Amino acid sequence: MPAPDNNHLRSATISVLVDNESGVLARVIGLFSGRGYNIDSLTVAPVDDARGRSRINVVTSGTEMVIEQIKAQLDRLVPVHRVADLTREGPHVAREMALVKVVGTGDGRVEALRIAETFRARVVDTTIESFVFELTGATEKLDAFIELMRPLGLAEVSRTGVAALARGTRTIGGNVT
Amino acid sequence: MPAETMQSGAEVLLRALKDQGVDVVFGYPGGAVLPIYDAIFNQNAIRHILVRHEQAAVHAAEGYARSTGKVGVVLVTSGPGATNAVTGLLDALMDSIPVVCLTGQVPTHLIGNDAFQEADTTGITRPATKHNYLVKRSDDLARVVHEAFYIARSGRPGPVVIDLPKDILIGKAPYVAPVATHRSYRPRTEPDPAQIGQAVALLKGAKRPVIYTGGGVVNAGPAAAAALTRFVRMTGFPCTSTLMGLGAFPASDPQFLGMLGMHGTFEANLAMHGADVLLAVGARFDDRVTGRLAAFCPGAKKIHIDIDPSSINKTVPVDVAIIGDAGRAIAELTAAWEADAATPDRAALAEWWRQIDAWRAKQCLRFTQDMAPGAIIKPQYAIRRLHELTRAQSKDTFITTEVGQHQMWAAQHFGFEKPNRWMTSGGLGTMGYGLPAAMGVQLAHPDALVIDIAGEASILMNIQEMGTLAQYRLPVKVFILNNQYMGMIRQWQELLHGSRYSESYSNALPDFVGLAESFHATGLRAENVGQLDGVIERMLASDRAVIADIAVDPAENCFPMIPSGAAHNEMILGPEHEDEARGITDEGLVLV
Ligand SMILES: Cc1cc2nc3c(=O)[nH]c(=O)nc-3n(C[C@H](O)[C@H](O)[C@H](O)COP(=O)(O)OP(=O)(O)OC[C@H]3O[C@@H](n4cnc5c(N)ncnc54)[C@H](O)[C@@H]3O)c2cc1C
Ligand SMILES: Cc1ncc(C[n+]2csc(CCOP(=O)(O)OP(=O)(O)O)c2C)c(N)n1
Ligand SMILES: [Mg+2]
Repeated sequence: MPAPDNNHLRSATISVLVDNESGVLARVIGLFSGRGYNIDSLTVAPVDDARGRSRINVVTSGTEMVIEQIKAQLDRLVPVHRVADLTREGPHVAREMALVKVVGTGDGRVEALRIAETFRARVVDTTIESFVFELTGATEKLDAFIELMRPLGLAEVSRTGVAALARGTRTIGGNVT
Repeated sequence: MPAETMQSGAEVLLRALKDQGVDVVFGYPGGAVLPIYDAIFNQNAIRHILVRHEQAAVHAAEGYARSTGKVGVVLVTSGPGATNAVTGLLDALMDSIPVVCLTGQVPTHLIGNDAFQEADTTGITRPATKHNYLVKRSDDLARVVHEAFYIARSGRPGPVVIDLPKDILIGKAPYVAPVATHRSYRPRTEPDPAQIGQAVALLKGAKRPVIYTGGGVVNAGPAAAAALTRFVRMTGFPCTSTLMGLGAFPASDPQFLGMLGMHGTFEANLAMHGADVLLAVGARFDDRVTGRLAAFCPGAKKIHIDIDPSSINKTVPVDVAIIGDAGRAIAELTAAWEADAATPDRAALAEWWRQIDAWRAKQCLRFTQDMAPGAIIKPQYAIRRLHELTRAQSKDTFITTEVGQHQMWAAQHFGFEKPNRWMTSGGLGTMGYGLPAAMGVQLAHPDALVIDIAGEASILMNIQEMGTLAQYRLPVKVFILNNQYMGMIRQWQELLHGSRYSESYSNALPDFVGLAESFHATGLRAENVGQLDGVIERMLASDRAVIADIAVDPAENCFPMIPSGAAHNEMILGPEHEDEARGITDEGLVLV
């Protein structure tokens, strides 16, 4: 095993399959805050009710050594079944959803709607002086959309955080055959 | 199971403990755990030892566990009982000691209401345990207890808390038998043969090898320590140990370089600095050991055996990682070494030993004891005499310590020949550990000689346990190196803070002889070197608990020392080099 690189920062999207017992999210969050790791995004939801499993997706950043340490620390938690570094283990898709409220009238309002169309955002609520857009996509796409809305009356944002899966037949439990 | 034939939760709990082989529980009662105390009253299989403070219950369980290889068990009440146990739990976590701690909790329907003596025990202990449970359903109780023992003792051992609401203890619960598997927790114990092969190739080619062993070898059990000893002798390589690993390789063996690290020997640290191949076994590259990371073992290819993948590449990147049990890995290494046709470079090795012997000739642990009968006792001399006089008697000897200079002198000057005979708080450095830990050791080994090497400040942190010693007639010996200072603090103030001895003087000390007597123990005192052997001999001859108060030189500092932020080859050897520490940088000063 080559010693990990300790000089360059990288981002990592890590998925963790856990038993959805009480306290498991606190263990994961406590691990990040207690050891001073970054959390850029975190999502959690049950994914297999029959077996009582939840999936936690964390986007973090650090040197290779820190990311390896994060994975090892996560894997050490008792209710953790599997830790997958989606960024490292092959191509993956990562998506999040945002609800974006834009308040205004006149030209700004028209421009907001036009931009929303190019981004394929949906209007899920509207009044004569406001829109709530729903937008799904990569984090960068959501960031770009929100930046564009800023001068056009951006009032409030709610984001889900990243959900991610490996591309192809690979799953967090191994290859599906 | 029909409800009538089911037992109460408390009875199920005791049955599960019994099936886990528990014979002793260290505890302290309270409202939330009264049902357990009732169940204890009604049986004889499990002995309850009533401590005087819950922190001491955990340290006693640690001493019991470290000296036997079994899981230590603690029972405390909710709220203050649980919070008093936290220091002990974290101590066990840092030093990888298997402990199961049962905490009482308010009944489930009151949880979250700020009920009397309610604490969020699982929340508070989450970062202080390997794992913890809150049992909310009677159906889970027996399974959780068995799981807790499995988790505590397997893989990298550690403390597990089971929080038990009172209604769960009173209500009926079904029993299930132990199983040694878990849905998601699966420690890796078998090393990967490919990594073993790479390790042997590096070791066979080594010109300046060092074997650096740690507490993980003790965790792996006496057979692992024996395998390590054979491996070291077979290779002819030098071997050093961390504070936690002492005894896994015999201190009297000529291949042993002594402890490494901040207060390690000159030869161990310089060998680390000069090594071309390093084999780390069950050691975690702690900052007390590595010194300045950028200058740690600069020229060495590093092989690391550890059961916990998170210990590998944590602070020091290594070239070959062997994940698995130390005993298994050493056995595989030994087999692969013997099967490999290559011969080690004996000429280079002989040259390396010549170099090491030159470092040894510095006699870095030397000190001068004035032998005039009225002369002040040097603390190092007191430890040496204690070692020699204990060796002269036939009992198996176990040493615990408190934290400070006396702990380091004990590590340096008391030679440990066997594993599990040395219990010290390494990772957390908990003053007050030694007396309760000794209590736990003595309970597990009633005929052994158990000595707590203490400082006069540390011993006061759990001095109430003298009462426990009296109640259970535990003949623990407390050997206080009384330098009238928090010596380790005084030493740092002298070297790093311009001799401003802020709050480090042990003022208003008790009369330890009188204190011992008031606790139904024997009190002895040595004022000068002429009295030392007599006091030690009387202490060893006594079949009671003893406090031996040894007045030692208050000005003595513990050397060698690698100041914070320095490298292994920047060691201060003794008082004549103290100025080197005074030149320490601000970067070094921020380090603990
Ligand atoms: C005042 C003071 C001064 C100190 N000075 C020094 C000093 O000079 N030198 C020194 O060495 N220490 C010193 N210490 C102790 C230090 O803080 C650390 O506790 C110690 O160095 C850690 O020892 P270790 O590396 O053996 O690891 P441990 O804490 O014993 O950890 C054991 C390692 O082995 C692994 N392991 C566990 N079980 C197994 C198994 N079955 N198989 C394989 N691996 C396993 C674990 O995963 C872990 O990585 C000092 C402490 C104090 C309080
Ligand atoms: C609970 C706790 N509080 C504070 C410290 C910091 N500390 C480390 S050593 C020490 C002094 C110990 O004094 P003593 O027991 O007399 O031992 P000596 O160093 O004199 O041998 C202190 C205060 C600690 N390790 N543990
Ligand atoms: Mg002292």
